[in-house]
Amino acid sequence: MPTDMFVLTLPFDPSALTLEMLMAGLATLVLIMGIIVPKGSRHGLGWVSLLGILGIMAVAVSLWGEKRELLNGMYLLDNYALFWKITFMTAAALVILGCMRFVDKMGNQAEYYSLTLFATLGMMVMASAGDFITFYLGLELMTLSFVLLVCFRKTDNKSIESGIKYLLLAGMSSAVLLYGLSIIYGLTGSITILEIGRIIAMQPLSPALVLAVVMVIAGLGFKVSAVPFHMWSPDVYEGAPTPVTAYLAVGSKAASFAIILRLFIAGLPGIWENWAFVLAILAAVTIIVGNLVAIPQTNIKRMLAYSSIAQAGYILVGLVAATEAGIKGVMFYAFLYVFATMAAFVVAAYYYNYSGSDELKDYAGLAQRSPLLAAVMLVALLSMAGIPPLAGFAGKFYLFSSIVGDYLWLVFVGLIMSMVSVYYYLRVALVMYRDDPLDATPISVSSPVAVTLVFATIATLVIGICPGPLSEVVNGAAHSFFLH
Amino acid sequence: MDFPILLTILLAPLVASLIIMFIPKDENILIKSIAAVGMFVALALSLYAYFAYNKDIGGLQFVFGHELPWIKDLGVTFFLAVDGISLPMLLLTNLIGFSAIFASWNVNNRPKEFFVLLLMLIAGVMGTFIAHDLFIFLLFYEVVVIPIYVLVIIWGSSKRVTKEYAGMKLTMYLLIGSGFLLVGVIALFVKTAAIAGHPDMSFTGMAMAAQQLGEFDQIWLFALMLFGFGSLISMWPFHSWSPDGYAGAPTAVSMIHAGVLKKIGGYGLIKIAVYMLPLGASFFAPYMAVLGVIGVAYAAMGAMAQKDLKYVVGYSSVSHMGYVILAVACLNVIGINGAVANMFAHGVMAALFFSMIGFIYEKTHTRWIPDMGGLARQTPRLAVGFMLAAMASLGLPGLVSFIPEFTIFIASFEVYGGVAVIGIAGIIITALYVLRAGANTLFGPPRPEYDHLEDIKGPEMVPLVVLGTVLVVGGCLPSLLFDMINSGVVPLHAAISDALQLGGKF
Repeated sequence: MPTDMFVLTLPFDPSALTLEMLMAGLATLVLIMGIIVPKGSRHGLGWVSLLGILGIMAVAVSLWGEKRELLNGMYLLDNYALFWKITFMTAAALVILGCMRFVDKMGNQAEYYSLTLFATLGMMVMASAGDFITFYLGLELMTLSFVLLVCFRKTDNKSIESGIKYLLLAGMSSAVLLYGLSIIYGLTGSITILEIGRIIAMQPLSPALVLAVVMVIAGLGFKVSAVPFHMWSPDVYEGAPTPVTAYLAVGSKAASFAIILRLFIAGLPGIWENWAFVLAILAAVTIIVGNLVAIPQTNIKRMLAYSSIAQAGYILVGLVAATEAGIKGVMFYAFLYVFATMAAFVVAAYYYNYSGSDELKDYAGLAQRSPLLAAVMLVALLSMAGIPPLAGFAGKFYLFSSIVGDYLWLVFVGLIMSMVSVYYYLRVALVMYRDDPLDATPISVSSPVAVTLVFATIATLVIGICPGPLSEVVNGAAHSFFLH
Repeated sequence: MDFPILLTILLAPLVASLIIMFIPKDENILIKSIAAVGMFVALALSLYAYFAYNKDIGGLQFVFGHELPWIKDLGVTFFLAVDGISLPMLLLTNLIGFSAIFASWNVNNRPKEFFVLLLMLIAGVMGTFIAHDLFIFLLFYEVVVIPIYVLVIIWGSSKRVTKEYAGMKLTMYLLIGSGFLLVGVIALFVKTAAIAGHPDMSFTGMAMAAQQLGEFDQIWLFALMLFGFGSLISMWPFHSWSPDGYAGAPTAVSMIHAGVLKKIGGYGLIKIAVYMLPLGASFFAPYMAVLGVIGVAYAAMGAMAQKDLKYVVGYSSVSHMGYVILAVACLNVIGINGAVANMFAHGVMAALFFSMIGFIYEKTHTRWIPDMGGLARQTPRLAVGFMLAAMASLGLPGLVSFIPEFTIFIASFEVYGGVAVIGIAGIIITALYVLRAGANTLFGPPRPEYDHLEDIKGPEMVPLVVLGTVLVVGGCLPSLLFDMINSGVVPLHAAISDALQLGGKF
């Protein structure tokens, strides 16, 4: 296309938004179907959502290799964004497939599934965001959907309490983030991330910019629950319905990392030396606090919450590197984190549905009641700890090899603490495997759940034993990041 | 391509464990038989490999998969190969693994899970010895930790310490050690990849590139590896997991752990740390020698104070590993030969010891030495095995451990003189506690309550026969072992000796 044509016809090509439009359509469809379909057969909505997501994923895969910019860099479609979108949709598919019965028990399936899909849509917008407005739009769509999901169990005080907590704190953090973004706009006169990168590279460092960056780090640090902005997450994770917790822990974090990378590496490259050190400290503190506080937890969801704080710390490590290797480490780790976390939470959700308890002591003898649930939980936890041959090991290898040159101390912190984390993960194994159950009746695992768990476990094993193929895909995605 | 013998050896126990997973859990005999068959295949093939290995040519043989890219951007290939150092270790693993199956013949509490985990553990240990790629090595190295933990907490025994404590202590020590090791490996990988211009994680490739590392880099990287491997081989002062861990573990795990698993530490020290970072090794050699000697003396005295049989052997294995560290610290051909041979000898001996103690405990329900009396009259076959292991432990000529220890004494006396004398003196203490334990357990006044005890028989005899044979044959024909090891150590030493001379130590 000649350039003059380009200017004349506004560079708006709606086909770049195919995935988002499909997702919005699917979410609306599910909502409408909820009104039409009689109450008794609404559990089918889960299958509709699931098939829809799988279809959209197929479209996303077919778009692999595309590179488009919409409205002068407001919206970016590249392998980087596609990879993240596929990651979010994988998580959404797993959580829907694994927790259908849980949702049926809560009722209001239509609202639940459509909110989950809208949250996914928000994440997808974030992954493609090229300017602050798009970014903020996606962020709020995701956050507000999650607020509703967190307090979905309307009769449960804990659920309501955590919903309110999440709403207030998310609002606070959004305000801080927005304030930081507006200062950046004031300094550069632009809201497009790539253009800001070019302008800032030419400017000297001003105190206002430092303030803005600190605010943005604080705002986004809240979303990924980096210490010291993590206080909300154990409470919210514990109170929210378990499938929501799972999706919150995976999706919301992954989406925030997707935009953090764009914002910091593409948008603020000139002052990298200044914020990299801050992030290194943040990562170290997050890893240490997350792991140490997880040790005394007796509730499995709280333990997973703290462990997911620590996981966010590991992912931050790749951000510190800010190189292609680092970005690759982040994406690789985020992808495998989906499977491990989903598997662990789906087991927790299933077991809660069965026994009504999230307490660790009630997991006694699970290995004898259901070898599948116990084995999946063990594999998921060990993958998070980074024990080979599971995926976490390869992921940590990539992450830490990206910073070993400049931040050796952080490698020490990360690897030693991940060995410490084995301590509390193995305590779960101890309870599940050694103890005899109080009630020895076998737990039958329904087939959708079994499929979810087996799939997540096999993925964890395959990525761990043979990380080559995934690593090549991620290489492609990380490479496209620098092509704009 | 030739028959992939190493891959088959590695897969045999894994296939067996896979089959066991699909067997109903009450079929005890069937489960045990399949485990035994799997290990028999692996043992037979590794015996074949041991004798088919061409010692005149030396170097890496039975190479598999070096052209099989595993992770391209890390330069990892699924490279399996053995040389004169790894082959004895592989054989040792299979000897002990095979015996361990039979030593656990009486496990009837959840046998399905037990044998699945045991076979996975054995396969993991084997993998570390045949991998010629650092990433694959690490993969196997850490994979063994979790089966051990589960085996200890379910089938272990709580005497002086609870099995939960023992299992967690074992796991945490090894994992923290491997955490430091991992930092070293990642740093070494990044540096060698920068030097070579492309990522390569094969032992040979990394060692080539690592030659160009400066002395300072080599020293701190070696320190990390020394900590990692040192805590695995129970180098003083990182040894305290070893007696507690063995005491809490079930027999088979004690056998494998003391017999081969901790040898991964010594093996890694020689084939990875010393081979890749010779300057670091020569810097730390004197410190290693001192730590080794302290380990010998300290643990031997610790063993003297023990009244629990497993603690005696636990401390004694720490003490024997002190010799290995002292021998590696010599950094010459004789020393490293002695180190590898001693690891083999101690492995066989410790495994036999633990299997006999396991049977004693099963039958008498005690490991407390003063409670034993004179078991030699009541259970003569058991006593034979016990005394064989005891004699090997104190280095009786004619058994497998005499020549390796003698070699180590020669090498270390040459290099370290006075320090080595203290180590050599440790052998006297060893004789003291081993003989005392033997006398009070077997040859005291027989106690009437043990008169009805049945002696070991049938499958229970396998550990005694297999390991006992190796003890005697290895003692009478030491060249079987030493020619093999020498063919691996000479080229390794040649590769590092240039660097050592530049370093100015020798």
